[in-house]
Amino acid sequence: MTSDLVQAALYFGLLIAMAIPIGRYMASVFAGQAQFLAPIERVILAPAGTIARLDQRWTAYALALLAFNAAGFLLLFLILRFQHLLPFNPAGMEPLSGHLAFNTAISFVTNTNWQSYGGETTMSHFSQMAGLTTQNFVSAASGMAVAAAVARGFAGRQVKTLGNFWQDLVRSTLYILLPMSLVLALVFVALGVPQTLQASVDATTLEGAKQTIALGPVASQIAIKQLGTNGGGFFNVNSAHPFENPTALANLFSMLAILAIPVAFCFTYGRMVGDRRQGYALFAAMGIMLLVAFAALYAAERIPNPLHSALIDPATGNMEGKEVRFGLVNSVLWAVSTTAASNGSVNAMHDSFTPLGGLIAMLNIQLGEIVYGGVGVGLTGMLLFVILTVFLAGLMVGRTPEYLGKKIEAREVKLAALTLLVMPLGVLVLAALAIATGTAQTSVQDAGPHGLSEVLYAYSSATGNNGSAFAGFNANTVWHNTCLGLAMLLGRFGYIIPILAIAGSLAGKKITPASAGTFPTHGPVFVTLLVVTILIVGALTFLPVLALGPIAEHVSMLVGRTF
Amino acid sequence: MNTYLRPALSILLLLTLITGVAYPFAMTGLAQMLFPHAANGSLIERDGKLVGSALIGQNFVSERYFHSRPSATSTADPVDATKTIDAPYNAASSSGSNLGSSSKALKDAIVERAAAYGQGPLPADLVTASGSGLDPHLSPAAALVQVTRIAKSRGIPVDALQRMVEGHIEGRELGVIGQPRVNILVLNLALDKIKP
Repeated sequence: MTSDLVQAALYFGLLIAMAIPIGRYMASVFAGQAQFLAPIERVILAPAGTIARLDQRWTAYALALLAFNAAGFLLLFLILRFQHLLPFNPAGMEPLSGHLAFNTAISFVTNTNWQSYGGETTMSHFSQMAGLTTQNFVSAASGMAVAAAVARGFAGRQVKTLGNFWQDLVRSTLYILLPMSLVLALVFVALGVPQTLQASVDATTLEGAKQTIALGPVASQIAIKQLGTNGGGFFNVNSAHPFENPTALANLFSMLAILAIPVAFCFTYGRMVGDRRQGYALFAAMGIMLLVAFAALYAAERIPNPLHSALIDPATGNMEGKEVRFGLVNSVLWAVSTTAASNGSVNAMHDSFTPLGGLIAMLNIQLGEIVYGGVGVGLTGMLLFVILTVFLAGLMVGRTPEYLGKKIEAREVKLAALTLLVMPLGVLVLAALAIATGTAQTSVQDAGPHGLSEVLYAYSSATGNNGSAFAGFNANTVWHNTCLGLAMLLGRFGYIIPILAIAGSLAGKKITPASAGTFPTHGPVFVTLLVVTILIVGALTFLPVLALGPIAEHVSMLVGRTF
Repeated sequence: MNTYLRPALSILLLLTLITGVAYPFAMTGLAQMLFPHAANGSLIERDGKLVGSALIGQNFVSERYFHSRPSATSTADPVDATKTIDAPYNAASSSGSNLGSSSKALKDAIVERAAAYGQGPLPADLVTASGSGLDPHLSPAAALVQVTRIAKSRGIPVDALQRMVEGHIEGRELGVIGQPRVNILVLNLALDKIKP
């Protein structure tokens, strides 16, 4: 227990120590002050013409992002459909089915990295590298670009533009993601992660059986999968696989990589809007929720399961689906980080968590992936809640709400309120549809309330662009591949477009100097109000259905009922 | 339309070359040069023959070896390719059981696995499947539970075996991170060495 808490404290401490300098550096990148890769940047932007240099209004910025993501979808879809004709396919992998390629292409373009397939049994090396690794970089960079544009809009003084998408995209990739990935990939190899073009080796075990061990260019992909909050594993079981995550030290580096950039964005934001306290406030609100989630999940995983307590020493915890080298605490820390950050990689099987442990992981996603969240989009998702919170605070005191000196008016509040519909639409409506058509029932592995949890988790993960799974659920069917694909699109662009629109409208507004009646948005009162708003919205939306799934399962487990 | 299409396509293509081709190939070159053992899967050879990877667990059923954790991996049924059959420690297709806490299948499996050891309560890792199905480790307690069986089948004194297990315990990394554990393949190799 003490050792567990020490490990957790070490992780959180290192995370903050890393995020502060990264945040400062990212602010300088988005301000165009980092120049050391300028020649490469020019080469990449040159064929695009002058359009890649001029500042864009929010509409042009959003259209550029959509065009880039559409092109990315098309290219990836084609690579996956024709991987048998492309090079670097040593294991002779077949092309993906149409619906699986559709789902996977959307999944990687939207930074979700939901995987309806098992990597080592489905993907050629070419698909993993040119297809998936590329999108790991550029889908993350797209999200980072959005955050930069939004920060500029919030900070702007009567301006019309938010910066240039192409520039932000290329700079995020070159200056931030690529150098960090280079270092991290080498560290991973040093700790035991393979990086080879060989597909597999055959060993003869001590008992004389043949063991085929799948290999591949693993390290390069998992470095960016963590840093870009992507989460798509090289292997089926993701970071639980000893080749993706060989030691507890590799595990610590991975967890730091999952949250480093999302946490750093709070500090980047504070600098970009010219008031660092605003960044600290967001950092604090998210940090409180992260710590509470950790404490709750840790406690849940230590609840002894009365169904097994006669046979298993309760002090050793729930180890089904967990790896010995990480133990309980590192599995819990990872689960909290990956669901909070919309990363979605896993080092333990969430499906086998205790019912309440699974609930916390699911709720983390359902709150909208804003507890640090995905790179860039976590911050902008949080800003939507900030707007709603200042609006509520304004209602309470009867003043026009303001944020960063700008009046928040009907247009902004309407757009922010609209985004509250994204999660319920993607999770509740699509899951209900799957259940009504019977497609959910044929895909679940477990009977009883846990089956409902599996369906809910799948649709939460897709809409939240998380990508982790209750992996007993068989998502690789025409229905689920299609609906989960749509949920991922909704969860990505359903937030990005409105927040860019809000940033566009705030950019043009006058800044009124703070007065005695101004409600400060950096103090503890505001942080508390923000956290409460998020929890109330999340709880009102999801508590009823969570009662039927994980809570019902918990109660049955306590009375010794199996399904 | 051209305003958006041209930059989208040209930048996507160039970024694919950099991040999807140059980056993984450069990393492969560097990794093979700097860390060839790890980059190729930390493979273990005995008498010039490949016996496995230090990072990937193996299935042991013989009385004479320490047994690894239960594994939920499977493989295609040779009779009917649309179905799968159990194949513990299939390192070509990693998988956990994904069974939930209230699952009857999980409870039955634990009861069956525990029966092999007789006495309870047992360390959790000994009777539960790992996330990957390829976990190379056991907790020290779970390895020690098996000592009597191996002592009997190999004719090695119990206390010598206990010392051997204790000598193979890998501590927390840097003294704080992770959990104490024993690598079962490495332990069984050592076992074969002292008394084949």
